[in-house]
Amino acid sequence: MLENIAALETTAPPRLAAAGSLEELATLESELLGKKSVLASYKSQLGGLDPDERRAVGGALNRARLTLEDAVLARRLVLERDQRRLQLNAERLDLTEAAPGNEAGHLHLVTQAMETLEDVFVGMGFTVAEGPEVETDWNNFGALNFPPDHPARDMYDTLYVEMGEPGSTVLRTHTSPVQVRVMSGQEPPFYMVMPGRVFRQDTPDATHMPVFHQIEGLVVDRNITFADLAGTLDAFTKAFFGGDFTSRLRPSYFPFTEPSAEFDIQRPDGSWLELGGCGMVHPNVLSNCGIDPEHWQGFAFGFGLDRLGASAHGVADLRDLFTNDIRFLSQF
Amino acid sequence: MKVLLSWLRDFAPFEGDPIALGEEMSDLGMAVEELERLGEGLEGVVVARVLETRPVEGANKIHLVTVDAGDGEPLEVGCGAFNMQVGDLVPLATIGTTMPNGMEIGRRKMAGVWSNGMLCSASELGLGDDSEGIFILPGHLTPGTPFIQAMGMSADVLYDLEINPNRPDAMSIAGVARDLAARLRLPFSLPEPAPSLVPASAIASVGVEILAPERCGLFEARVLRGVTVGPGDPRLATRLALLGMRSINNVVDVSNYVMLELGQPNHPYDLAKVAGPGFRVRLARDGETLVTLDAIERALSPEDLLICDGHDEPVGLAGIMGGSASEIDATTHDVLVEMAWFHPIGIVKSSRRHKLRSEASARFEKGTDPAIVDLAMRRFAELLGAGLEDGSVRDHGTLPDRPPVLVRSARVAKLLGSDLGPARIAEVLDPIGFIATPVGEDLEVQIPSWRYDSATEIDVIEEVARHHGYTALGRTLPRAATTGALSARQIDRRRLRATLVGRGISEAMPMPFLAPGELARCGLPDDGITIANPLVAEQSVLRTSLLPGLVGAVAYNWSHRNYGVRLFEIGHTFNRPRAPHAELPDEREVLGVVLAGSEAPAAVLVWHALAEALGVREIGVHNEPRPGLHPTRSASLRFGDVAVGAVGEIDPEVLAAHDIAERVGYLEVDLDALLAQPHGGAIYRSFSLFPSSDIDLAFEVDDHVPAAAVYDAIAAAGGPLLWSVELFDVYRGPGVAEGRRSLAYRLRFQAAERTLTEADVAAARAGVIDAVQSALAATLRT
Repeated sequence: MLENIAALETTAPPRLAAAGSLEELATLESELLGKKSVLASYKSQLGGLDPDERRAVGGALNRARLTLEDAVLARRLVLERDQRRLQLNAERLDLTEAAPGNEAGHLHLVTQAMETLEDVFVGMGFTVAEGPEVETDWNNFGALNFPPDHPARDMYDTLYVEMGEPGSTVLRTHTSPVQVRVMSGQEPPFYMVMPGRVFRQDTPDATHMPVFHQIEGLVVDRNITFADLAGTLDAFTKAFFGGDFTSRLRPSYFPFTEPSAEFDIQRPDGSWLELGGCGMVHPNVLSNCGIDPEHWQGFAFGFGLDRLGASAHGVADLRDLFTNDIRFLSQF
Repeated sequence: MKVLLSWLRDFAPFEGDPIALGEEMSDLGMAVEELERLGEGLEGVVVARVLETRPVEGANKIHLVTVDAGDGEPLEVGCGAFNMQVGDLVPLATIGTTMPNGMEIGRRKMAGVWSNGMLCSASELGLGDDSEGIFILPGHLTPGTPFIQAMGMSADVLYDLEINPNRPDAMSIAGVARDLAARLRLPFSLPEPAPSLVPASAIASVGVEILAPERCGLFEARVLRGVTVGPGDPRLATRLALLGMRSINNVVDVSNYVMLELGQPNHPYDLAKVAGPGFRVRLARDGETLVTLDAIERALSPEDLLICDGHDEPVGLAGIMGGSASEIDATTHDVLVEMAWFHPIGIVKSSRRHKLRSEASARFEKGTDPAIVDLAMRRFAELLGAGLEDGSVRDHGTLPDRPPVLVRSARVAKLLGSDLGPARIAEVLDPIGFIATPVGEDLEVQIPSWRYDSATEIDVIEEVARHHGYTALGRTLPRAATTGALSARQIDRRRLRATLVGRGISEAMPMPFLAPGELARCGLPDDGITIANPLVAEQSVLRTSLLPGLVGAVAYNWSHRNYGVRLFEIGHTFNRPRAPHAELPDEREVLGVVLAGSEAPAAVLVWHALAEALGVREIGVHNEPRPGLHPTRSASLRFGDVAVGAVGEIDPEVLAAHDIAERVGYLEVDLDALLAQPHGGAIYRSFSLFPSSDIDLAFEVDDHVPAAAVYDAIAAAGGPLLWSVELFDVYRGPGVAEGRRSLAYRLRFQAAERTLTEADVAAARAGVIDAVQSALAATLRT
């Protein structure tokens, strides 16, 4: 028995180490260590041996079992590692085959500019107001201190909509009617911006479109001054364009503001860009909206944002913004 | 408006850098659009006399002009303009001259002949915009004289200023000079014309009558005697040319000069040709016509104001343009000059009605200075060198009332943010003619006659701000009394955009205007609201849906071989209002999505993604045809009875009409309707930690039974233990009857506080099967 056990301890490990697969290893394991193995049958015979022999054979059996189990485990680790390597090799992918199509969509340049501007003004404590694009003559002109036949109406190439009396309904020429709606419907104070789409009877060219976008601002409170207007626009300039930009106001004319101004910004290289118009809200406009100009006062400003958005990305022709060519849209 | 530095200097001693002067003008609200330095590059230009002109063989665009440049030697010059006569004096750029635009003049060959210099147009000399022909010079000059010397020119600066509608004063050289002098604290004075006066005689017989006093505030006529019509004074002609007006003759030149200098339009008539002699200022009669100086016959309206002669025959459209009769010509000896003040709104309306603007109307529509007339009359006579009859005839209508305006110092301080005080306010107002008298802490301000625009306290405050200086008013930052935030609607809109962009859909911005018939071409009701004055007919209908614009965008991309584009738009639609007397269209904010190369289910999934992003619940997809969409591949989106949108595929006929040969999934959601429904604000539903149990059930149902109905029946019958239901397979084919399909669902059951028993699941399963089979004529597949 002892010789057989010693022989097994010598011959079995090389057989286990030669097992070619996990299945083969399992078969060998069963043969060498299973219930029908030589070792198992010897173990069942231990009871019939005298105590000294039983101790010697029992010790030999245990040592042999441990040796064989170690050999099985060692071989299993090797075989499992080989198998995993094979499987992983079989799963190999070329990740450069994953070529991008239009995986992400793109927000329109104008929307991007609009949202950025909204965010700057929200950060300055403003809310964002909106209104319809087709408006009454009163909201677009009358309330804004343009009497009928006022020459300043000629500054706008207005598109009229065939509704009601001729000339009574317009495609808004600016987002100012939203100011009228805000002021007519709520109590001051107002710290608001009005972004939106506006319309002019303009032949499309590189710098003009009949449909374009503006953002206007309106601040009305007890003690808002012209200096507050200059300060607000300068703070906006620095927040939106950068700390090394500055701004200036030059006298201008709009029926709905007085004093009125043009709002220019200066780039770090010293060159100027005319951005938009602004001024103190005209007392007639406040009165037209039911606000007492002796108790409330404020300023308004406005500028176009299509050109801002386009020039920031090197788009020279505004018409490109509206072709809806995916080759354009997907660049921004 | 163009102004010349030398002309401004006639009124105030402006010195220093012309660019700095221009910046002051801009800072006063007269923005310098262009600054041009004159007289540079004209040293080589001389006066030459045309001796002969003859054609060049084989060339019809040029001819050969022989000139005498002062040395008696005939010089041949090729020339592309034909407006000169033999004997005319013309400017000749001699060989070696570098022109103001940088062009160098050399001896060169034109169409096979040698040209020894260049004859110049006004614009080539940097003198105004006239490039129509060669600049014909006044006849008394001497050939060979340097052009600059002959024209009395010196180095000068031409500014082109943008003048705002509230600056009638800045429509004259004198007015610009007054404003600029005030800023620079320089003395300003108007000319004191001293014409030679002759005793009144002819003027006594001239009648003037204003029959429309609301439209004409003042009408004055005077007589100039002993006029000889001839070429204009070169000094005046040069200034006129620089400001863009051609020299006509001495009388017309003076007329224009006075208008530019003092801002008072005026009209000279040949006294002998004016019937009456006299003028009647009246409204036109229906059917009346007038041939204006531009040789156009104009049909008049009773709102047009006319200047008529003593026999009531129209001689001019008041304030806009004269008629062609009674013009000055070589036979004129006595001139009747007319000056008037017309009400601006009337001029605006007539000018607009006749689409006719003139230098005169541009001034009258801003409001001229009625007090300048007397001075302008004398200036006219002085410049023409004629005898002014000592006496005038005038009639008055209604001139604007100019009561003094109370300007409160405290109000100025409160609006401008600088407490200037009454003394400083008076100090900045005085030089521009606003005369301020202290009344306690406040000021009573008399507005000058040349500021028709100015009538109220705020108008005067604007002048204070302008002349104190906008920059000097400083900058402060108000503390917003509100908290900055986007509204719920604005946040929802951004969430929608972010969701769409995350699904690879890009934002388009189609035009909201459609061509007539485009709605019908898109299978939509052809009832769009129209634009009264569209730029082009193709853009005359307001869209009622985003579909035409988005289909157009797909078609554009398809035609440029950009296939499979996925686009969305959030924009407004304009439908006819339901209320009969509504002022405005039924305008809605709508979201539209086109998925080229995708079928309807892809669009439905986009809808589900949006609904999930917004937290929209209980909005059903109901299979039914929708206008513009594939009749058997479309559905409406409804919240109860409220329609919030449509989903499906674009109708193949619509695609064919737009030459699109791929399927296009479509989704349109009325955001006004959708976002009015409850959404967002999800309340947490806790989930069980006990084991769950899944069962799969496949039902065979008729094709017309929507999967949503099966889902709803399962959900309703599943009881409190049913956690989720998922449709995992749809099958048509062998084993399933024709016209029916198999819908396989996986149901997950789970109890909140215990492990499920087999009996629990069996009972729920039986209940679901029973409910679905009985309600939907379904059979369980086993």
